[in-house]
Amino acid sequence: MRRFDYIRPASVPEAVAAGQHPGTAYLAAGTNLVDLMKGGVATPERVVDITRLPGLSAIERLPDGTTRVGALVRNSDLAHDPAFAKDYPMVAEALLAGASAQLRNAATVGGNLMQRTRCPYFTDAVSPCNKRAPGSGCAALGHATRIHAVQGWSAHCIATHPSDFCVPLAAFDAVVEIAGPDGDRAVPLTDFHRLPGDHPERETDLRPGELITALRLPPEAADFRAHARYLKVRDRTSYAFAVVSAAAALTLEGGRIGRARLALGGLALKPWRVAEAEAALAGQAPSPEAYAKAADAALAGAEPTGAANAFKIELARRVAVRALTQAAAGTPARIPALPASPFGIV
Amino acid sequence: MTATSTPSPHPAGTVRHGSSIGQPLTRRDGPLKVTGQARFTADNLPPGTLHAALCVARIAKGRVTGLDVAAAEAHPGVVAVMRPGHAPALAKDPDAKDGPFTFRLDLLQNDRVRYANQPIAVVIAETLEAATEGARLLAPTYAAETPRIGLDSGEPFTPDSVGVGAPPVQSEGDVEAGLAAASETIAATYETPAQYHNAMEPHAAVASWEGDRLTLLMPTQALAMSQGRLAGLFGIRPDDIHIDSPYLGGGFGSKGVPAGPQVLACMAAKLVGRPVKLVPTRTQMYGPMGHRGPTRQTIRLGADAAGKLTALDHHIRTASSSFDDFFEPAGRATSTLYASPAIAIRHEAVRLDTGTPLFMRAPGEASGSVALESALDEMAFALGMDPLEFRLANYAEVEPLTGKPFSSKALRECYRRGAEAFGWAGRPVQPRQTRDRDGFLVGTGMGTATFPALIFEGMARAEIRADGTGTVELGAIDMGQGAWTALAQIAADGLGIGMDALTFRMGSSDLPNAGIAGGSGHTATAGGAIHAAAGDVIRQLAELATNDPASPLYGAGNAGVTAADGRLTRRDDPGRGESVTDILRRAGRSSIEGRGKAGADPAAQASYAMHAHGAVFAEVKVDPDLGQIRVSRLTGAFAAGRVINPRLVQSQYYGGMIWGLSFALHERAEMDPRTGRFLNDNLAEYHVPVNADVPALEAILVHEDDAVVNALGVKGVGEIGITGTVGAIANAVWHATGVRVREMPITLDKLLG
Repeated sequence: MRRFDYIRPASVPEAVAAGQHPGTAYLAAGTNLVDLMKGGVATPERVVDITRLPGLSAIERLPDGTTRVGALVRNSDLAHDPAFAKDYPMVAEALLAGASAQLRNAATVGGNLMQRTRCPYFTDAVSPCNKRAPGSGCAALGHATRIHAVQGWSAHCIATHPSDFCVPLAAFDAVVEIAGPDGDRAVPLTDFHRLPGDHPERETDLRPGELITALRLPPEAADFRAHARYLKVRDRTSYAFAVVSAAAALTLEGGRIGRARLALGGLALKPWRVAEAEAALAGQAPSPEAYAKAADAALAGAEPTGAANAFKIELARRVAVRALTQAAAGTPARIPALPASPFGIV
Repeated sequence: MTATSTPSPHPAGTVRHGSSIGQPLTRRDGPLKVTGQARFTADNLPPGTLHAALCVARIAKGRVTGLDVAAAEAHPGVVAVMRPGHAPALAKDPDAKDGPFTFRLDLLQNDRVRYANQPIAVVIAETLEAATEGARLLAPTYAAETPRIGLDSGEPFTPDSVGVGAPPVQSEGDVEAGLAAASETIAATYETPAQYHNAMEPHAAVASWEGDRLTLLMPTQALAMSQGRLAGLFGIRPDDIHIDSPYLGGGFGSKGVPAGPQVLACMAAKLVGRPVKLVPTRTQMYGPMGHRGPTRQTIRLGADAAGKLTALDHHIRTASSSFDDFFEPAGRATSTLYASPAIAIRHEAVRLDTGTPLFMRAPGEASGSVALESALDEMAFALGMDPLEFRLANYAEVEPLTGKPFSSKALRECYRRGAEAFGWAGRPVQPRQTRDRDGFLVGTGMGTATFPALIFEGMARAEIRADGTGTVELGAIDMGQGAWTALAQIAADGLGIGMDALTFRMGSSDLPNAGIAGGSGHTATAGGAIHAAAGDVIRQLAELATNDPASPLYGAGNAGVTAADGRLTRRDDPGRGESVTDILRRAGRSSIEGRGKAGADPAAQASYAMHAHGAVFAEVKVDPDLGQIRVSRLTGAFAAGRVINPRLVQSQYYGGMIWGLSFALHERAEMDPRTGRFLNDNLAEYHVPVNADVPALEAILVHEDDAVVNALGVKGVGEIGITGTVGAIANAVWHATGVRVREMPITLDKLLG
């Protein structure tokens, strides 16, 4: 096999120290990284195994109401945590809509943020790809499939981010806690993933050696618990990435929308959240017209990257409207048997 | 090493009382499989075995101009790099054709690349990791040429034959006159994509040589044919090749012939003089293992005012590889299913820079059936007729193109039972009429299922012993369909003993050749051979008894004796009989051995058309805004002659219907038109249904007696379920939405208004 150094640090500072070596990858569940290494897409010289680090596996409620989720909490453990699912049903539903049961049992919260794109020209390890081999070009450009972006893409990259989990996190202003050589810092999730621009190889805000240690959901996120849904349109009922998805959350006050949150998945290299869309809903009576205005705002500026994905713009509008409609109707008492499915009505 | 002497336990040891034909026995191999004791090829690692990894082409057409052999050889653990010019010589050009089941193989004979993922070198190493890294270090360079990808590439031509030896062009009557005389006509073009078998188990091989004798652990659907192919390539006798294939993790046709990488494992073992194990990756299965060729089918129908077809014209374009022939015989269902005074079927093809297509899950019938059943649905709507009524109005009483009577055809009963169970009556003729309480569009559709009742050449050996036990053995194959169980039932009944007294062996090439497990013909073939071999034993036993004045059966005559429960009994007097033990002991015999064979009866085939039939009814729900589709109900009613084991037969129908759902909504191989590389050569992106996609299934076993089709009266059940189902789902989607999608798979983007 291709040789790499394997390091299993005993503490976060040790991990960060080990992670500063160029060409390092942190290994959590490895559900994405190991596949990419087998395919020759990821070629780390050093793998730092963080799975046994202490202190990264707790789900805590801080005194100010913030929920703090350790980076090594498993997706399924988080989704099935009763207190978490009660306060953030939209996040739990998104988690359960992702991947397969086996993958959810392994995959970690921090690793989910670090998923790489599913663009076939990235994963084939040989096509021109500015993300994998900066400056080599973009084989997808002009040959977009339905997986490719309609928002936020550049002439250098039209890939999308595959995560479901990150979509409601973006809507809820989740914050990423990071440990690094220069100390700890916190970055809003909406700033964590970068759009491709001129440098598609720069995928996140992480600096060399930095390690995700936790996610924080601010106290306000729980205010939406009665009216929050994640909706995922996909080509099969489970174990499929979103064609388009939406996280929609509302507070209703006296028959009107108080605050609104809306983020879309499957459209861009990061969850797509537009302030104007949410502003368009605030103070409005919940109505198809209001939802349509918000959806239009969220899709403003969308452009297909090929004939194969032009449908996603109109589909995303409709998914946004439906998710908002479902959110207004109220969070179901329990997560549907087919989570986030249009057919998941309970 | 035979299938029963491998270290892995075999189901031959597990027994159950009271079994016989017609009993719904559970799988005898089930407990072994769910406890991990059933040993598949890749579970084996004989002492001293080296690991091999393929290096495959990342272009679809051109030449390999360089391999960094030194880098691979320098990697610790690498033992050898097999490549053109450094590979064991073959006794026969692997591109030589000597029959329709001989497919050209890429075995490192030159630097030519004919398709993406073609093996171009094999690295053999002490560990799998070293072999894998060695293959990467080869870092091939290429002189790439522009590949031909897609049905519009290349000049169409009429192939010599389609499928395995079927005529590409068939016609009866004057189609143009029939269309001109019709009161209603339709013409529509349907497309089906390239699909890949994707059996769960890869085409693994563990090969070892002792001199010129080859031992090969390999999943295969055809032991003796594989022996023959390998014997030709290596210039040795078929008998000097031992193949062990006790279990398959699915085959679907792709294991019907040895795949190139399996032969490469044998070559690698010869090169290094040690056993070699080679397990291709999932991605490496997209290329050298066959696939279902794409089709573009245009159907023209004419019908009179009473709803009788006046013309049925089916034109098919398909594709084969640049270097070999397999053409999806998509017109087959059209030749047998509906009565019309004029029928024309024409296949044409182009050559593409892909691997060679192969038989896959109802080859021909599956692809053709979706076009035919969709077109029938479109015509029924044009006529304002119920789709079932329209099919009944055009029921074929004899096989349309040949005029032969059917050996049996309980299709009317399938229609009736299926429609009744499904609740078809009262279905609105107009589309987009129904919503459920959640607002989803609801539609129903139907399709007719058909598949030929095939039988191949097969042989078996049977023995009964004085202690009342028996043995039946043959080179039959369990590819997941339940052969370990169903064939043992036939064997026990044939010898007239209980399952607990039977030793049943199969899955090894040392046993009598039982033909190919394919074409849904294995139970007819292997079961027929078992029936004949056991019958030979009983005949000899009866001769002993009826000629022995000391026997209660003396003078009864051969025809007047039946065998059951370890005894022979006079047919005309069940009170008179004696045990097998008594007959043999008195004769001074410890055992009697019999042999039998099965095969097609040319006289019956000349006189009768032989097909299984069925009717499939589907209900789908479609989100009116988002286009997402969910099949909510599938009901199939099938008539396929005698049922050996209703539980297993029902499972086969379920499996076929699920593959039909897969064809209709999921499967599609995507290739980059510039490079010919796959965009979805893995199970995350190449979709097949997951459990949550599969609705409540109902499979009704319709009684059918057939005294002609073969000795057992059985027809195949493995593939018919996929036919009919694809069209039923496509028709239901139209009925739900009013949108006719003619390009498979039907995905949500095609339904967004």
